[in-house]
Amino acid sequence: MTALQAMTIALVALGGLAVVLAYDPLRQAIVLGIYGVLLVILFVVFQAPDVALSELVAGSVAFPLILLATLAKLHGRREDE
Amino acid sequence: MSRRVRIRGFLVSALVLAALLGWGFAGLPDFGHFAGEYAQLLNRVATGERHATNVVTSIVFDYRGVDTMGEEFILFAAVITVGMLLRETRDEGRRAPRDEVRSDAIRLFGVSMVGATVLLGLSIVAHGTITPGGGFQGGVVCASGLALVYAAGSYRAYRAAGPYEFLELGESTGAGGYVAIGLAGLAAGSALLANVLPLGTAGELNSAGTITMLNAGVGLEVSAALVLLFHEFLEEVEHR
Repeated sequence: MTALQAMTIALVALGGLAVVLAYDPLRQAIVLGIYGVLLVILFVVFQAPDVALSELVAGSVAFPLILLATLAKLHGRREDE
Repeated sequence: MSRRVRIRGFLVSALVLAALLGWGFAGLPDFGHFAGEYAQLLNRVATGERHATNVVTSIVFDYRGVDTMGEEFILFAAVITVGMLLRETRDEGRRAPRDEVRSDAIRLFGVSMVGATVLLGLSIVAHGTITPGGGFQGGVVCASGLALVYAAGSYRAYRAAGPYEFLELGESTGAGGYVAIGLAGLAAGSALLANVLPLGTAGELNSAGTITMLNAGVGLEVSAALVLLFHEFLEEVEHR
């Protein structure tokens, strides 16, 4: 394993920890998006471009988008009460 | 259970898990020394047999095309279900839409990126048989272009961007088209999803026979499904 590969694996591990430790759901959604980008870098470094593209669109675009829409809905409901 | 007991329990189980994972990963072959014979065989023969330079795409849409059909219908069923559930519970009372983006710079940048994003998505779909990417990835990129209209522009601009009644039609056409192309293989006297079209020259846009059409079908299905999903969530947010 090269130094670059080891470094990206360590970054992904740190990113996963950051997602778990983020308490506020909105902050967690954004950290999750960044974690998705870290995974994309991991897949590129390990020469899997197809998987990297899938992770990019699912983990950094589609999932945070739905998550943010849900949070906006819940937040709005809290304001109404 | 007290906090100390919980932390101790976590530490013990985390150590056991780490030891098991470390033991398991130590037994994996090194990077670049994959030993799966089927994968290596496909890597050698796929481009010659299917005229698609992206072996991943030829596996997804040809050698494992039936699996992809199943996955497509999982997405189809999931999105339709979300739509049905959300519409069932939606309040009919409508509020005036709020425009939350006030910065002209963000609006200008966002709206000018919409065309580029959709074009990039179409390009990723179209080149799915040649370079990394394909219907799924490109479809999501196309859909995110429309979400950008809402995120950087306004709900009003998003509403004006399309007749959203056609989304279900697009999703169904993509999913049904996949099956229809698959059945064409049966009708031609071969197997389900077998190629029935001329293969063309490998590396050209118009090559790989039915793989290209299946890929386009998935692109249509995924982009329509994602927009539909986002649309249903957005209607929930704006009409509360």
